[in-house]
Amino acid sequence: MSSIVVQFLNGLAGASTLFLIAVGLSLIFGVTRIVNFAHGSLYMLGIYIAYSAVGAFGAAGALGFWGAILAAALAVGLFGALVEVLILRRIYQAPELFQLLATFALVLMVKDFVLWAWGPEDLLGPRAPGLDGAVAILGQRFPEYDLFMIAVGPVVLGLLWLLLNRTRWGTLVRAATQDREMVGALGVNQKWLFTGVFALGAFLAGLGGALQVPREPAQLFLDLTAIADAFVIVVVGGMGSIPGAFLAALIIGEVKAFCIGLGNVTLLGVEVSFSKLTLVIEFIVMAIVLVVRPWGLLGRPQAAQRAAPTHIEPPLRAALRGLAAGAAVLALALAALPLTGAAYTVVLMTDILIFALFAASLHFIMGPAGMVSFGHAAYFGLGAYGAGLVLLRAGAPMEVALAAGPLAAALGAAVFGWFCVRLAGVYFAMLTLAFAQIGWSVVFQWDSFTGGSNGLVGVWPAAWLSSKSAFYLFVLVLCGAGLAALRRILFSPFGYALRAGRDSPLRCDAIGIDIKRLQWAAFTLVGAFAGTAGALYAFSKGSLSPDLMAIPRSVDALVMVLLGGVQTLAGPAVGAAAFTWLQDTIARNTEYWQSLLGATILIIVLAFPQGIVGSLARLGTRAEAE
Amino acid sequence: MSAVLAVERLSKAFGGVQAVQGVSFALGEGELLAMIGPNGAGKTTCFNMVNGQLAPDSGSVRIGGVDTVGRPPREIWRMGVGRTFQITATFASMTVRENVQMALISHRRRLASLWTRAASLYRDEADRLLERVGIREQAERACSVLAYGDLKRVELAVALANEPRLLLMDEPTAGMAPKERITLMELVGEIVRERRIAVLYTEHDMDVVFGHADRVIVLDRGRLIASGTGDEVRDNPEVRQVYLGSRGRA
Amino acid sequence: MGNRRMFLAAAAACALAAGFAAPAAAQGTIKIGEVNSYKRFPAFLEPYKKGWELGVEEVNAAGGVLGRKLEFVSRDDGGNQGDAVRLAEELLSREGVSFLTGTFASNIGLAVSDFAKQKKVLFIAAEPLTDKIVWDNGNRYTFRLRPSTYMQTAMLIPDAAKLKQKRWAIVYPNYEYGQSATAAFKKLLKEKQPDVEFVTEQAPPLGKIDAGAVVQAIADAKPDAIFSSLFGPDLANFVRQGNLRGLFKDRPVFNLLAGEPEYLDPLKEETPNGWYVTGYPWYGISTPEHKKFLDAYQKRHNDYPRLGSVVGYTLVKTVAAAIRKAGSLDTEKLIAAMKGLEVDSPFGKMTYRALDHQSTMGAYVGQIGLRGGKGVMTSFRYEPGEKHLPPDAEIRKMRPAD
Repeated sequence: MSSIVVQFLNGLAGASTLFLIAVGLSLIFGVTRIVNFAHGSLYMLGIYIAYSAVGAFGAAGALGFWGAILAAALAVGLFGALVEVLILRRIYQAPELFQLLATFALVLMVKDFVLWAWGPEDLLGPRAPGLDGAVAILGQRFPEYDLFMIAVGPVVLGLLWLLLNRTRWGTLVRAATQDREMVGALGVNQKWLFTGVFALGAFLAGLGGALQVPREPAQLFLDLTAIADAFVIVVVGGMGSIPGAFLAALIIGEVKAFCIGLGNVTLLGVEVSFSKLTLVIEFIVMAIVLVVRPWGLLGRPQAAQRAAPTHIEPPLRAALRGLAAGAAVLALALAALPLTGAAYTVVLMTDILIFALFAASLHFIMGPAGMVSFGHAAYFGLGAYGAGLVLLRAGAPMEVALAAGPLAAALGAAVFGWFCVRLAGVYFAMLTLAFAQIGWSVVFQWDSFTGGSNGLVGVWPAAWLSSKSAFYLFVLVLCGAGLAALRRILFSPFGYALRAGRDSPLRCDAIGIDIKRLQWAAFTLVGAFAGTAGALYAFSKGSLSPDLMAIPRSVDALVMVLLGGVQTLAGPAVGAAAFTWLQDTIARNTEYWQSLLGATILIIVLAFPQGIVGSLARLGTRAEAE
Repeated sequence: MSAVLAVERLSKAFGGVQAVQGVSFALGEGELLAMIGPNGAGKTTCFNMVNGQLAPDSGSVRIGGVDTVGRPPREIWRMGVGRTFQITATFASMTVRENVQMALISHRRRLASLWTRAASLYRDEADRLLERVGIREQAERACSVLAYGDLKRVELAVALANEPRLLLMDEPTAGMAPKERITLMELVGEIVRERRIAVLYTEHDMDVVFGHADRVIVLDRGRLIASGTGDEVRDNPEVRQVYLGSRGRA
Repeated sequence: MGNRRMFLAAAAACALAAGFAAPAAAQGTIKIGEVNSYKRFPAFLEPYKKGWELGVEEVNAAGGVLGRKLEFVSRDDGGNQGDAVRLAEELLSREGVSFLTGTFASNIGLAVSDFAKQKKVLFIAAEPLTDKIVWDNGNRYTFRLRPSTYMQTAMLIPDAAKLKQKRWAIVYPNYEYGQSATAAFKKLLKEKQPDVEFVTEQAPPLGKIDAGAVVQAIADAKPDAIFSSLFGPDLANFVRQGNLRGLFKDRPVFNLLAGEPEYLDPLKEETPNGWYVTGYPWYGISTPEHKKFLDAYQKRHNDYPRLGSVVGYTLVKTVAAAIRKAGSLDTEKLIAAMKGLEVDSPFGKMTYRALDHQSTMGAYVGQIGLRGGKGVMTSFRYEPGEKHLPPDAEIRKMRPAD
C-alpha cells in the first residue's frame, strides 16, 4: 500500500517535469504554428546554464541557488527571443513546416556549443539548499525536492492561467491560438506577439531544465529525450491546450511510474516486463489517445487555416523536352561515374541515391498529399529488416529478399496508415511518429529474431553485385526508376486526386472522391518505395540496426525534403544530395562539424526560404516574367 | 412533374436545440427553388442534411426516389447531385481546367489510375464546360490567382461535370458585387433550363431570390413557414413579420 | 523552368564528383583507419582520442614502424551505423589505410567487423563491449581490445559470491550490454551459489531512467543486494535517488564500470560508499608501466587519463606491435601476427588470444568511496582478463569456424 502511494508521488514528480518541458512548446505552436525542434535544446541549455550559475552563486545559500535557477531560465528566454527575431521572423512566409528546418539547425548548433562550453562529462549539480533530504511518507523515504517538484507543476499551470486569462496580452495569445488571421485583423503587432510568445516558451523550457539541476546530471542527450517527451505531451493533451498538456503529463508520468512499480508480472503464464515497456510507453499512450481522440485529450479540431497566397504551390507543369534531355544527360553522367575510378564517390553516391528515393517517398505524401509524416523511417527500417530477415532467417537469395523489403514496408504502412489517415496535420504526424517508435521498440527488443539493439550482420548482396560499382549501378537503376515512377504517379489521376485532397477535402467530398481511401493507398504505396530504399541501404552496408527506424532518420528525411523544397518535384532528390554530401564533407574535415552543418543549413534556410530548388525555381520564374 | 428531390418531415436537434423541425418540400426538373430565412432559421442545417454532410434525426431525403439518409456526400454526388459552396471550395494548386478535369475523372471513375496523365484526360469536355460558364480563356490559370467571381464560375463548371439532375448551391452569390450576382444567376438560370436541372439554393440577397427563383420556401426557427412563388411569399404576413422583426429588409 | 532545375541538379552532381576526385596519397606513412562516434559519446571518446594521439606520437618519436611513420586517419560516424560503414569504405578506398580500428557502440562495432570480413581487411575493435563480436559473430579479421561485458561481469562474481546474499535485485540499461551483463551475472552467480534468488529486474531505457520510481520498485522487492550495469547519466540519477531514499543502506551494491573515471567523477559528493565496481583508479596504480603512461599523458594533455585514454593508447601500441611482428601490411600476415600478439599496455602485458581474438586486457576491481569531495576507488586489485573467460570448449561452440 505505502509503495503504491509513493509510486503515485513519483509519478506526480515526473509529471511536473514533463509538463514544464512541454508547456512552452504547446504555447509556441499554438500561436506561431512553429514546430520547434529546438525546444529540447532550450531545455538542455537551461540545465547547463543553471549548473554553472548554481556553481557561481550557490555559495550564497538558498537565495543564490534559487536566483541562479531563475537567472538560467531568463537567459534561455532571452536566447529564445533572439532566435525568433534574428532567424524565425525572416521565414514565416515560407511554406508550412519550413521553420522546422531552422530549428533543426539550431539543435545541431546548440549541441556543439554545449559540448564546447561545458565539455563532454556529465555534470551532476548539488542538491537544493533546504530541500536536500528526504521525508518519511508511510514509512518510505521520499526526497523533499521531489515534493517541491510536485508542487511546481500546478503552480506554473496556475500562473500561466492567470497570465492568459487575466491580462490583455494573454487574451491576444489565446485569440491567436484560435485564429491567427483575426489577430492580424485586430491591428495587433503580430511580430512582437510572436517574439513574446517564443521568449515565454523558451523561458519555460529553460526553467524546466534549470529545475532539474538537483535531480539529474546535465548531459548532451537531454535535448533529444526532452524534445520527444515534449511532443508527446503536447499532442496527447491537444496542441495549444495548456491544461491538456498538464493532464497528459499527469497520465504519462503516472503510467510510467506504475509500469516501473509493476516490474515483471506473470500474465496468463507469460512473463511480461512492464519495466521494459517504459522504453516506449509514452508512444503507446499517444497512439491510443490519438486513435480514440484525434485532437488529443483537451484539444479542439484545428480551425481550417487558410493558406497565405505565398504558401500555395503553383500548378504542376508537364516536363519540357529540355527536362527530359537534361534527365537523360544526368542519368548518363551518373552511370558513367564508376568509370572515373573514384571509388569513394561511388559509395557516397550510392547513399545519396538511396536517400533521394527515401526523401522522394516522404515528399510524395508530405508535399502533394499534404500528410507530413514524422515517422517515415519506420518504412525505411521495415524495408531493411524485411529484406535482411528474409535473407538471414529464411535463407532466401538476395533477389527475393530485396523484393520482400518493400512488401514488408507496404504491409506495415497499410496497417499503420489505416489509423493515421483519419487524423490531420500535426496529429497525423505524431501518430506516424508513435507507430514508428512502437515499431522501433519491437525491433529493438526482439533479440532472438531481429538481433535486438545490436542488429543483424551479414546482409550482403549476391555475387553479381558484390563490387561497389555494380551495386551502385543497380541502385542507380532501381532508385532512378523509383523516382521516375513517383514523379509519373504525381501526374496521374491518383496524384492529382491526392493534391485535390490536400487543397480542399470539402470539394473532394462534393465530387465523389473518397480522399481517406486514396490517402491510405498513397501511404501504403510510399511505404513500398521507402522500403525499397531501406532494403537497398541494408545491402549496401551489410548490416542492420534499429537506428534505421529511429527518430533521427525520420528527421533526416524531413530535413532533406524541406532543404530541397517541399513544393517542387526535384526538391527531395536535391535536398538528399545536398544534406548527405554536406554532412559527409563537413564531418570528415572539421571537428565541430555539427555546428558547422547547422550553420550551413541555417544559411540555406535564410537564403532559400522555399528550399533550394523551390527558391531557384521562383527566381527563374521571376526572371522569365521580366 | 416528377420530383427530383423530395424532403419529408426532416428534423435535427443539436444538444436540445431544435434546429430543423418537420420540414417537407419537393423540387422538380428544371425548377429553381430558393430557401430563405433569417439567421439561425435552420437553412444551413437543412441544406447539409440534403447534401449528406449531416444526418437527420428523423425524416427522409429522396433524390430521384432513392432515400439518401446515411449516405456520405460523395455517394450522393454519384447519384447526380452537384454542389457549390458559400465560400468557394476549389483546388488552389491546380489550374481552372484541371479543377474541372478532376471532377470529370472522378465521374468516370478513373481516380485509381496511376499511369495516365491526368492533364490530358477529358480536356475538351472540360473546356466545353468552361466555355459554357464563360471562363474558357482562363483555363490555364491557377485557381489561386483567380478573381472571386470567376472562382464561383469554376465551381459551377465543376458542379456540372457529373451531368447532375440536382444542383445544390449554398449562397451562390455571397461575396460578389451586385452586378456580378445578377449575371451569375442569369447564367445559372439559362443552364438549368437548357439541361433540365433542378436547383435548390439558399440566399441572403432578396434580389437574387425574387428575381430568379421559380419558387421560394421560407424557414424560421427550424420550421417551414411559407412556400410559393416569389410574389406569394413576399405578401405572406408571417414572412413579413419574421423579416421585419429581425432584418427589416424584404 | 524544369529544364533549369535539372541543369542545376546536374551541375551539383558534377561539382560533387570533382570534389572527390583528388585522393590524398601521402607516401611514406603507414595509414591506419579509425572510425568512432566522437560526437555521440564524447565523455568516453575525447579521452580515447587523446590516448591514441599520445600513442602515435610516442611510436613516431621512437622511429615509427618498419622505418615509416604511423598516421591515424580518424572519422566521426555520428553514432550512425550506416555512416560508419561508409566511412570505413572511404578510409580504405580513398585514404588507402592499411586496416581499420575503433568503434564504440556494439552495433557499430559488429557492423564494421562484418564489413571487414567482407572486405578481407583487419579490424581491431577498440571499445565495443559486446561478447558477440568475438564469440557468436566472431570472424577471422576482427580482434577486440577491451575486456568484454562477460569478462567484467565475471570479475565481480568472486566478491559477490563471497557475501552470500540470497535475494538479489538487478537493474540494467535496456539494451544488449545491460542484458548480457545481467544474463552473465545470473548464470555465473548461480553456479557459485545455487540458492540465489533474483527478486526483481528493472530495465530502464538507456539515458532515460525514471530513477525515483526505479529505486522505489527495487526497495519494494526487499533485496539483500543489488547488481547494476548502469552507467553515465542513468547511474548518476540512480545514485542520487538511491541515496536520498536510503536504498543503499546496509545493502551491498555491485555496479559494472562505475569505477571508470568517465562515470565515477560526475558523482562527486554523491559517490556511494563501498560499492563493488570495475574501473580504473589512475591515481593509485603504482606499476612502472602505468607510471610511465600517466606521466607522459599528463605532460602531453595537461589532464588526467580516463579509461578511454588507456584504450586509445593501447590501441596504438597494438597496431605498432602487430605491424612490427608481421613485418608487412599484408592482411594475412597481420592476422597471423595478431594471433597471440603480446602488447605492453599501461596495465601490463596482455595478449590477443588466437582462440577468439579477444585481448587479455583486464580491469581494476574494488570498492569506491568518497575522498575529498570526489569519488575514488578506495581499494582495488587488477584482474587480468585471461582469468575471467569461459573454458575454451565453450568458446569454440559459440564462435563460428573461420
